[in-house]
Amino acid sequence: MNENARRGVVREINGPIVTIRLPGVRNGEQVRIGLLGLVGEAIALNGDEAVIQVYESTEGVRPGEPVEGLGRPLSVELGPGLLGGIFDGVQRPLKEIFLSAGDHIPRGLALPALNREKSWHFVPDTALKSGAELLPGSRLGRVQETESIEHRVLLPPERGGTLLELAPEGDYRLDDPIGRIRGADGVSHKLKLYHHWPVRIPRPYLRRDNSIEPLITGQRIMDTFFPLIKGGKAAVPGPFGAGKTVVQHQIARWSNADIVIFVGCGERGNELVDVLETFPQLQDPHNGRSLMERTLLVANTSNMPVVAREASIYVGMTVAEYYRDQGYDVVLQADSTSRWAEALREVSGRLGQMPVEDGYPAYLASRLAAVYERAGRVEIRGGGNGSVTLIGSVSPPGGDFSEPVTAHTKEIIQTFWALSKELADARHYPAIDWVNSFSGHIRVAADWWHRKVGGKWEQRRAKALALLAQDVELSRIVNLVGPEALSDAQRWELEGAALIKEGVLQQSALDPIDTFSSPEKQYLLLKMMLLIYQKGADLIDLGVPVQELMELPMLAKARRVKQLYNSEQTEKLRELNEEFIQAFEDVRMEYAKFKEHRQ
Amino acid sequence: MSAREYRTVRSARGGLLVVDGVPDIAFGDRVLIRDHRDRKRNGQVIRSAENSVLIQVYEGTDDIDLESTWVRFLDQPLEISLSPELLGRVFNGIGEPRDERPPIVSNIRRNVNGSAINPAARTYPRKFIQTGVSTIDGLNSLVRGQKLPIFSGSGLPHNRLTAQIVRQAGLVDEESSFSIVFAAMGVSHTDARFFEEEFASSGVLGNVVMFINLADDPPVERLAVPRVALTAAEYLAFDRDRHVLVVLTDMTNYAEALREVATAKGDVPSRKGYPGYLYSDLAEIYERSGRIRDRHGSITLLPVVTMPSDDITHPIPDLTGYITEGQIVLSRELHNQGIYPPVHILPSLSRLMKDGIGRDDTREDHPRVASQLYALYARALETRNLASIVGADELSAQDRGYLAFAEAFDRRFVSQEEDEDRSIIETLNLAWDLLRMFPKESLTRVNEADLTKYHHSGKD
Ligand SMILES: Nc1ncnc2c1ncn2[C@@H]1O[C@H](COP(=O)(O)OP(=O)(O)OP(=O)(O)O)[C@@H](O)[C@H]1O
Ligand SMILES: [Mg+2]
Repeated sequence: MNENARRGVVREINGPIVTIRLPGVRNGEQVRIGLLGLVGEAIALNGDEAVIQVYESTEGVRPGEPVEGLGRPLSVELGPGLLGGIFDGVQRPLKEIFLSAGDHIPRGLALPALNREKSWHFVPDTALKSGAELLPGSRLGRVQETESIEHRVLLPPERGGTLLELAPEGDYRLDDPIGRIRGADGVSHKLKLYHHWPVRIPRPYLRRDNSIEPLITGQRIMDTFFPLIKGGKAAVPGPFGAGKTVVQHQIARWSNADIVIFVGCGERGNELVDVLETFPQLQDPHNGRSLMERTLLVANTSNMPVVAREASIYVGMTVAEYYRDQGYDVVLQADSTSRWAEALREVSGRLGQMPVEDGYPAYLASRLAAVYERAGRVEIRGGGNGSVTLIGSVSPPGGDFSEPVTAHTKEIIQTFWALSKELADARHYPAIDWVNSFSGHIRVAADWWHRKVGGKWEQRRAKALALLAQDVELSRIVNLVGPEALSDAQRWELEGAALIKEGVLQQSALDPIDTFSSPEKQYLLLKMMLLIYQKGADLIDLGVPVQELMELPMLAKARRVKQLYNSEQTEKLRELNEEFIQAFEDVRMEYAKFKEHRQ
Repeated sequence: MSAREYRTVRSARGGLLVVDGVPDIAFGDRVLIRDHRDRKRNGQVIRSAENSVLIQVYEGTDDIDLESTWVRFLDQPLEISLSPELLGRVFNGIGEPRDERPPIVSNIRRNVNGSAINPAARTYPRKFIQTGVSTIDGLNSLVRGQKLPIFSGSGLPHNRLTAQIVRQAGLVDEESSFSIVFAAMGVSHTDARFFEEEFASSGVLGNVVMFINLADDPPVERLAVPRVALTAAEYLAFDRDRHVLVVLTDMTNYAEALREVATAKGDVPSRKGYPGYLYSDLAEIYERSGRIRDRHGSITLLPVVTMPSDDITHPIPDLTGYITEGQIVLSRELHNQGIYPPVHILPSLSRLMKDGIGRDDTREDHPRVASQLYALYARALETRNLASIVGADELSAQDRGYLAFAEAFDRRFVSQEEDEDRSIIETLNLAWDLLRMFPKESLTRVNEADLTKYHHSGKD
């Protein structure tokens, strides 16, 4: 096929690791293996021999079968037609594979990621004239990729020069030329609607951008208590069943990102089907369009070959960077980074590399850091900015956060949403534990909330956390000596903490109203719970017995408010606030009367 | 290529053989081994180099010598023959008859390793299966195509519960289209007989295929059992349109066999000596369950995992929980109190429940009732804990209410007879009997409509 292809033979097969003899092969080069034509990638060289990690099952491969070096590293196709799709860990299009090969994924099947037959309506940028000098990665024009996303057609990042020709507005297929450019090498190159990029090399950008804006997820404990910013890095660690995937799906549904890329990395097939079946029916809360139009799935489920699992995160990241370079805010979610790390471990184990902790190779920490480092907000060519926010779930064995993947990840990220088994067992969802979670963005988020939503956000958040901390302290006392040891004021503090937990922190992903909370609603709910607590505390100071307050029906109502009114009905929340103030006022009057009466 | 036979075994230990001087053997191929007494054993190539291969021997390497052992390379992967005749039959772990009847003859033969289902080919499991067990149906509902393990401990009644689920699982009504694939790995003769008798007495034996590897059968064979069983299940479900319930017991024995072979191979161990690939290996098994677009059948998987020392963080239950769609956890504490089935609802979970219940599938209040029961029971257990420290007399009236609830919940809701088949409506009504122990205002997880409809005053 390829004249430059070099040929060699298989020497040994050890699961996904195949040793071949192929002189001149480069590290990272793609290699086609055996009669089935399985694809893999060279990861170690030794004289004429190379070690290949293979993206597909090697069952049936024999020593002596032919191999062929493909001369390029693992790359992805970047162009219109990605959104709404589902690809495997090396960007094979799974819907097309299903149509052409049936229920199971066959081996050695090479289908291009992007559809070559489909035409796209290309509109060139009017400012571009022949002879224009273009920087690498500059924008050439646009294509409406989905109804909600305009795809900006870019020069490949390493390709700048003099524009010789640019096609007029019209319908083009991916392989149709849309122009020519003369590069610095003096050679004329054809331009197309798509290009390739090697996944292990970060796409270049102009410079990092320091402006800051929170990523709004619509989830109260995240936005209000442990915020994440656009271009930030977050981790969601937790034992099985604690809610990592639900957190990530909620972000995919409700966050104010432009594009969401979800990498199912060594997790369940059904979770991806869930997205495929429900997202087309769901509305993007920010523009009302079908959610699937802004979503892309990379699926390398737990039963798919482990080497492609390792690649899947890089594939997702490269696509994310590509949309970032078009000026979009992209959220990339990897579920789960632990399974990715295990893929590294498996390969390193088969290579006989020295394990350092729990069988993981010494380079685990640096690889993790390098992946997360690709997240960020950047200035793009031609003005404006784009961002990649990376949110990785972590699945610690036995739920033990001191294990290597969780521990290293914690050093790298700024937002840590720690899920707890105790909370999940008690069906306190999201089971994000407010003691172990943290965010490094409180100050900058405060700035945004104060400007956009309301004052005293930072103080209120702090007050709520203080109540929760007090709750831990007081519960300890109760567990030692019983509830009778607490004063009225302390018992009211417990109630205050319970209001925060049930009225603000708990948020059911399954409740049609509560599943999303706008910043305004979040703010009003927090304010309401704190108000109830404060008004009650004032009355207790006056001498009102706590029992009196505990019987107020509003306490049950306050816990339900989140499900009663949606994010649009903030007026109702304000009215209710007034109602509650009045109710306390009534108690105060009554108590004053009662006291007067006694005197 | 004709089969080739060699007598060049270089080493034999821990269920593994190294054979030298054999050119170009395919990775994964089957071999047939004849030992010095002419007994046959089965094996599979798990590493293949230009001049030597590593073979995993299903019957183990005990009593093998190097000089007089012949190894025949069959030039084919481990496959089994498939036909509707499978039903009613008993096989060993690699699919050979164990019931003194002839082997299955069919021109459909499939590689037992299967190949990954394309995620884009799946459909999401949504159909509620009524098991008749309140803790499952009411609080951790099973749906068709789900993988839901039972986490148990030695001596706990997981076999009885599994048998009850199989008996009552509502599949039995659809006589024509349901099947059970039963795979036993390293179980005792008594346990195997228990299941056989169960199937016989409920009259379903003709719809059951059994793959049996007993405690005194070779451990290496356990590695093949679930794969062989699931290959049969896939055939029945996706070629033959049947709803297949697969019981895998006991996955702990499976994982231990895997550890044994991994150690012999010299694989780098991770936690507790289990190989780093235990997760992927288990996933290759568990992910074979599910539903596929445009296919009528389904595979619902009920693996049994006995937790070593009742430790849910042990790698086997831990990694299982990371793959399956929830878990049913049995508790020794409840068992010791004489409660059957001793399902501890707090650590139990069904992740697919949300799409299988509610107005169209069970009843409109179901999701909220489940959530409310959970909230109350979690709180009630805290109270019980507190009572054990400060004494019940020290508790407030409200807290005593929670204690009474916990008691009623364990005795009336969790506990049921082994032959008690509660409908989902009975289960939900029972739930409301318990919820009525509390005033309306404190039930914040159900809505006004539920309260009006089901929280009738007058009772109690
Ligand atoms: N916010 C939420 N609202 C309602 N239910 C939730 C929420 N979060 C989690 N759950 C429940 O918890 C279950 C488990 O959540 P999830 O699948 O996200 O766990 P996980 O941490 O990803 O587990 P694993 O590591 O095994 O993949 C869900 O199926 C759902 O029933
Ligand atoms: Mg998950």
